[in-house]
Amino acid sequence: MKTTKSLHAQHHKLADNDYQLKVLETHEVATADFEKFEDKLKQIHLFPFKPVKTEIFQVNVGYMCNQTCSHCHVDAGPDRKEIMTRETMQLCLEALATTDITTVDLTGGAPEMNPDFRWFVEEISKLGRKTMVRCNLTIIMANKKYHDLPEFFAQHKVEVISSLPFYNKSRTDAQRGDGVFEDSIAALKKLNAVGYGREGSGLILNLVYNPSGAFLPGSQIILENQFKKELKRLYDIEFNSLFCITNMPISRFLDYLIESGNYESYMQKLIEAFNPVAAENVMCRNTISIGWDGNIYDCDFNQMLGLKVNGGAPNHIKDWDLDKLNSRDIVLNQHCYGCTAGSGSSCGGSVA
Amino acid sequence: MERTTYYDPKDLKKFGNISDWDAELGKAFFAYYGKVFEEGALTAREKSLIALAVAHTIQCPYCIDAYTEDTLAKGCDEEQMMEAIHVAAAIRGGSSLVHGTQMMNKFKELAM
Ligand code: SF4
Ligand code: SF4
Repeated sequence: MKTTKSLHAQHHKLADNDYQLKVLETHEVATADFEKFEDKLKQIHLFPFKPVKTEIFQVNVGYMCNQTCSHCHVDAGPDRKEIMTRETMQLCLEALATTDITTVDLTGGAPEMNPDFRWFVEEISKLGRKTMVRCNLTIIMANKKYHDLPEFFAQHKVEVISSLPFYNKSRTDAQRGDGVFEDSIAALKKLNAVGYGREGSGLILNLVYNPSGAFLPGSQIILENQFKKELKRLYDIEFNSLFCITNMPISRFLDYLIESGNYESYMQKLIEAFNPVAAENVMCRNTISIGWDGNIYDCDFNQMLGLKVNGGAPNHIKDWDLDKLNSRDIVLNQHCYGCTAGSGSSCGGSVA
Repeated sequence: MERTTYYDPKDLKKFGNISDWDAELGKAFFAYYGKVFEEGALTAREKSLIALAVAHTIQCPYCIDAYTEDTLAKGCDEEQMMEAIHVAAAIRGGSSLVHGTQMMNKFKELAM
């Protein structure tokens, strides 16, 4: 039986950011010497690592989630109480209004569990920006109050991005919990029913694949074709694109790697697969990440390690200054290898 | 260092070193190998499953490790992987049994 408690609630060592960084940076659990990510970037003349134009404003509206997936880099779960307040959302909207950033990417936990989620989406719409939501699918089925989310998303032309590790039950439930596969299929059918993923509807439904285990994802285009064929054949489900995401060696996936004895070999795999083209295109170069408490990070992963932006850039939304943020040095650590392995990995899938 | 086993998982990573002692043939082999596994009339995924089955036929531990990971990465699940191995096992078992006909022929030739 899988644990349904977050590392946080278990008072697990890895719930402590400093301990996670210690694992990543020292010989705490690995004997091998891993080359520093920074040094890899130096070799390809990409250090100091600078953003290009910020195009995506990613907001983590809270760590609460109805699921407790075993790979979750957020360590989200029903027991997490960190939730963004409407005041902080208001600060985000004010910051956003001063910029020409086109896209807001809402993530969590299950972002829909934030009581001000719908209000926030409506206000983003009023600013004329596009919203993407990282919807875990099962939330739509979890409670009556969420059943109409597909209609709400459609009304605001929200782009829906949803995880489905596989098109069968065993691989999906192994990673995301018992019963997740069936609820995910039911939710996908509801999204399709209002037009999501259907040709000509203009409503975008993208799926996210990430490996259920200590291996790297295969080719995105091949997996996409296979998912499309099988989901259509088995369940008459359609979607737009499949994003392949590499599991990051942090938080619960890091716990899994250590517990299963895969940590060292997984890090080695990531490092051996380092791809300079992917490095040029990693998401922190065009994305800024806002935490539930208004702190500013280079990405959602750095957020989970407590690594706020530095290099003189303001690190709280109340001090928002996009010019300064655009000239910051991105904060790096060994987990960054997860973004640059093979075809690369970002919130939008492969990057090379 | 004293070797304590014939097969060491770490040796798989040294596969490329076979070129050290014959660069020309090594290079030619890896170019061929790479080409074989590209998408073609068969998908890269189908080829990977075939490789997994063959790996079990030749019982090569390196290939079994490599193609377990490769089929997983290419989106195969445990059911498909096990079915592939049963194909290998069926052909292996069948190839022993079908020779039973030869035994029967010879038997009939010799026995009264
Ligand atoms: S991976 Fe997503 S759905 Fe799963 S626990 Fe984390 S936030 Fe929730
Ligand atoms: S982990 Fe974050 S900071 Fe590091 S490369 Fe990936 S997106 Fe950039």
